Amino acid sequence: MTSEFFSYFDLTAFFEYFNQFFFGIYPYICIMMLIGVSIIRYDREQYTWKAGSSQLLRAKGMRMGNNLFHIGIILLFFGHLIGLLLPEAIYHYFITAGQKQLMAMIAGGIFGITCFIGLSILLHRRLFDKRVRATSRFSDIAILVMLYIQVIIGLVTIPYSAQHMDGSSMVLLANWAQHIVTFRPGAADFIMDISVVFKLHLVLGLTTFLIFPFTRLVHVLSVPIKYLFRTGYQIVRRR
Amino acid sequence: MKLRAQIGMVLNLDKCIGCHTCSVTCKNVWTTREGVEYAWFNNVETKPGIGYPRDWENQDRWNGGWVRLGNGKIKPKLGGKFRILSKIFANPDLPEIDDYYEPFTFEYERLQKSPEVNTPPTARIHSVLTGEMMGKPEWGPNWEELLGGEFSKRSEDYNFKDIEKEIYGDYEKTFMMYLPRLCEHCLNPACVASCPSGAIYKREEDGVVLIDQDKCRGWRMCVSGCPYKKIYFNWNSGKSEKCTFCYPRLESGDPTVCSETCVGRIRYLGVFLYDADKIEAAASVENDQDLYQAQLDAFLDPADPAVIDEAKRIAMPGSWIKAAQNSPVYKMAKEWKVAFPLHPEYRTLPMVWYIPPLSPVQSALEEGKLLSNGAVPKTDDLRIPVKYLANMLTAGKTEPVDFALRRMMTMREYMRELTVEGTKNHDLLAEVGLDEDTVDDMYRIMAIANYEDRFVIPTNHREYAGKTPFDNDIAFESRASCGFSFGNDCSGGEGRINLFSSPTHRNTMSGKVRRER
Repeated sequence: MTSEFFSYFDLTAFFEYFNQFFFGIYPYICIMMLIGVSIIRYDREQYTWKAGSSQLLRAKGMRMGNNLFHIGIILLFFGHLIGLLLPEAIYHYFITAGQKQLMAMIAGGIFGITCFIGLSILLHRRLFDKRVRATSRFSDIAILVMLYIQVIIGLVTIPYSAQHMDGSSMVLLANWAQHIVTFRPGAADFIMDISVVFKLHLVLGLTTFLIFPFTRLVHVLSVPIKYLFRTGYQIVRRR
Repeated sequence: MKLRAQIGMVLNLDKCIGCHTCSVTCKNVWTTREGVEYAWFNNVETKPGIGYPRDWENQDRWNGGWVRLGNGKIKPKLGGKFRILSKIFANPDLPEIDDYYEPFTFEYERLQKSPEVNTPPTARIHSVLTGEMMGKPEWGPNWEELLGGEFSKRSEDYNFKDIEKEIYGDYEKTFMMYLPRLCEHCLNPACVASCPSGAIYKREEDGVVLIDQDKCRGWRMCVSGCPYKKIYFNWNSGKSEKCTFCYPRLESGDPTVCSETCVGRIRYLGVFLYDADKIEAAASVENDQDLYQAQLDAFLDPADPAVIDEAKRIAMPGSWIKAAQNSPVYKMAKEWKVAFPLHPEYRTLPMVWYIPPLSPVQSALEEGKLLSNGAVPKTDDLRIPVKYLANMLTAGKTEPVDFALRRMMTMREYMRELTVEGTKNHDLLAEVGLDEDTVDDMYRIMAIANYEDRFVIPTNHREYAGKTPFDNDIAFESRASCGFSFGNDCSGGEGRINLFSSPTHRNTMSGKVRRER
């Protein structure tokens, strides 16, 4: 009877299915939601589009926590962007995959810790400062907890990477990402066999994309770079 | 010449009785919403005092307004654009809500629902932020009312600069005045300059400075940039809000709520014509004390034919030119020179001006001489030090304030002699450069202050808003549309269920205490 059950419930097929779903289909759902819902929100509910600062209510912890968090996460974001999407053919002119992985581990480690310290301060403030807690939306707390877990998992991946310094798993991850963004089939197959820590990190990261447009994270899309190029300081508008 | 018009305000502090009607009516109309309970677009401060928020005048602490650089240019005191952006994660120049006060409400329900008890039931205060019981409040928007608190605290007032202030702690020497404050709708607004989103703008037609609530992203730099601390961060919506100069009322020719309801009839609204090309130079003059004159020089004479021609050329409605010619604020500021900008040294070129208050001649009485300067007392004998007023209104230059006070006292004395003795003392007028017609006009506008003399507000001609006069599309577009809403067209955006960002709080200004979670 047991053998019969396992013949219906093929564990390998089960994992393959989930691998296909989370790394072949889920990324597109998340990116679609990120783009589509952001556009709808920007168009329909711009009044809700904001950074959502709580500094007015409690300044303590902001200077240290918020600066460390933001500097850390911005550098991590661009690090991931370049690390995952830069084609092998280009960086091989300069460095080998192994050297690139070492760079990623060092930079990711430093900025990951920066971000971790910042987030620890911010999360503590968010949960235990009465004013900040009482004026928090569910999404404000949820996103902070999610990012916290994500940074921790990200840091945990470092020792896993250290087990194979040739950059092999990093190349697989990059291949996966590049296949996803260029709409090539078989992306999920690349990372079928990598460590579950990486997989968790990916799924949680993709989920952040998914919930992005429903949270205060949308302020990321409004980085006021334009301000630097505004001619003069004043703005006059007709009614 | 780049001719523009602005609705400006003058407050005659000589007549302010500190009743707070302006603050209360303003609050009822504009800031009884969740998130801005602590905000008073209009508040009245007793001076001397450090004010609301704490110490707002001290820009060494808050870094608001502009600074002049060595090369003659000006930049926000917060820093250049890069520097402002570098403060975006944690703004070191942002007041905390305790610098205003922690908003609270009373547990009114207890008064009605208390069972029979030996002692009368009390309504304790609850924080609007946390819902918790608060104990006693320790600071508020009007904590220094009528010189409340110790002199040592009050005397930290910025306007005591260069004054031997200790003697004013004595009961016999003490003095006070009221200072109603609202957004200054500056010609060179520092809030607009420091807004990274470009959400704050000055309206071309009437000079009102507004925040586009849809475009505001809540970077909160404007709160720091404004040296008057008249931009408030709505902690619920995450957007900054400010005095709108009641623009929907102004557009239809009505005075702002604070002006309309002022029982002392101290507020005046009218048109200033100014040359926008002169703004930058006026805000950049080297000496702080020349800023007042530089701003006066940027105002244009509405009777000047060249100005009228230019106004016609740019198709300014005739009603605006006529209103400018009858403008009480222009007369008080430029012709009579009795009104002054508040803290011109911030270099924002504010457009809400103040007539300094007269005060009793106490010291002269003590010395046994009623009047030391013939019929009109010397300004040095007035209880409020001229230097104090000058620190507030002319960056410390006493001569213009002294001149204004003498003109006001002369007007009084002249009118007293006219009504009591029936004589017209022209010599008295000549001493301060006035003539009979001018003083009649001053008396009518400043002392009698009838409604139609106080408020000369041309309606905002919507029909001129299009490319051609009487562009019907524009007029009809606004017909029957919702007047004032928060986002998403006519929907209030305040529904309990909202896909993106539902409000965390219900309105607590109704007196209902929000229970702790």
